[in-house]
Amino acid sequence: MRRIIWYSLYDLLRSRWTLVYFLFYLALGFALLFLNNDVSKALITIMNIIVVLTPLIGTLFGVMFFYNSIEFTELLLAQPIKRQTIFLGQYLGLSLSLSGSLVLGLGLPFLLYGISSSGSVQEFLLLLTAGVFLTFIFTALAFNIGLSNTNRIRGFGSAILMWLFMAVIYDGLFLIALMVFDEYPIDKFALIASCLNPIDLSRILILLKLDISVLLGYTGAVFQQFFGTTRGMFISLTLLMLWVLIPIWRMIRIAIRKDF
Amino acid sequence: MIRIEDLKKSFGKNCVLNGLDLEIEKGGVFVILGPNGSGKTTLIKSILGMVNPDSGQISINNRSVLRQWAYRSDIDYLPQIANFPANLSVAELIRLVEDLRHKPTRSKELIHLFGLQEYLGSKLHTLSGGTRQKVNLVLTFMFNSELVILDEPTSGLDPVALLRLKELIRKERANGKTIIITTHIMSFVEEVAERIVFLLDGTSHYEGSLQGIYELTGQSNLEEAIAQILQQQYAQDNLV
Repeated sequence: MRRIIWYSLYDLLRSRWTLVYFLFYLALGFALLFLNNDVSKALITIMNIIVVLTPLIGTLFGVMFFYNSIEFTELLLAQPIKRQTIFLGQYLGLSLSLSGSLVLGLGLPFLLYGISSSGSVQEFLLLLTAGVFLTFIFTALAFNIGLSNTNRIRGFGSAILMWLFMAVIYDGLFLIALMVFDEYPIDKFALIASCLNPIDLSRILILLKLDISVLLGYTGAVFQQFFGTTRGMFISLTLLMLWVLIPIWRMIRIAIRKDF
Repeated sequence: MIRIEDLKKSFGKNCVLNGLDLEIEKGGVFVILGPNGSGKTTLIKSILGMVNPDSGQISINNRSVLRQWAYRSDIDYLPQIANFPANLSVAELIRLVEDLRHKPTRSKELIHLFGLQEYLGSKLHTLSGGTRQKVNLVLTFMFNSELVILDEPTSGLDPVALLRLKELIRKERANGKTIIITTHIMSFVEEVAERIVFLLDGTSHYEGSLQGIYELTGQSNLEEAIAQILQQQYAQDNLV
């Protein structure tokens, strides 16, 4: 497995897109910190970008990488290696490379700015953690889509729809539901609904830590009220972990049964 | 060496292998023939465990290989389409595959045979189709396994590389290896094959020596012999 992870990483680290993704975060970090000079504002802006962009990039790179390497995957399938090792290795290679771009791209400007002495280290680390979680989740979901769709166009379409649904449409539907069922007690519905969307979950996780109640929104407030800050964070982290593990489990299951 | 019993595989409504029985003896060149969609690649991929058959049995050296993986360390396989990770160089790809098997290889000798020395540092996406097929051939033959499976090995090769490939196949056969090939190039079959199987609609319609198919059909070349079997089959289908 180590070799497959390593070679996938190696292949990706030399691709132009990984570099572009890294440079984007680097530029973003520098621009926000050195033009703005307010760490907490910069953190909120970065959060808003991370919760939308990391899922998008994870999804797009995930399906692209999967379809691009399908012939190479077939070559690996003919080698004496277990199927789960091949797919898990490729998945980890891609997720680690994308996470690396994120962590280094944002980490470097923040280190240079002197975040370690600014008192926002924990918040910043949590932000990166949420970004890494989202990358792992959406890459796994993209691999699921790739494995289930032999037709590339349909695969790409489904992947983009999935991202659009989670990042944009879900919130809209949620708001409509809140308005329509205004007169009913819907705390529990809201709580469950936000657990079913990893983007919402990570937003709540970060905002609970940043302790900005105005930005928490309805679900965040319910979350805080229901669980309290520390337990709320613990629960959202656990749920994010499940959001990584369940798609990985399904990915391996499909991979074992699939014909190549 | 390889025994296939009542092998069935459908993709949706499309039945590709329909109760195929086949026995491939150890040693020699065995060619699988058949029109497009007759199940050649599906058969090969079933032997390699890349396709999961719906029912039936495949055993190599009297051991069932279904849902196993370790047996593949004794098989060399050349896939039909040669496409590799774009950002790796030829040398890196060869090293990767060597790393995966932990077996002694003869990659240097094969790189020399196919004239790939000057391409070792080149990225794979910059290579032409024929050069990629040569890299593919090096990756296939470098482990010196007992069983070699080649899916359309001639595609994209220039005449010199094709000659080298034929020489290589003859040499490997003389070393007692079992080589299974699928191809559409009949002249290639006539030059290298000892035994052939002709697949049609997922079952075997002829299995035996090259000489046998000439005698059966009364033809003197393979193309015409195959055409005659196909015509007979269509005539029968129309009668039914």
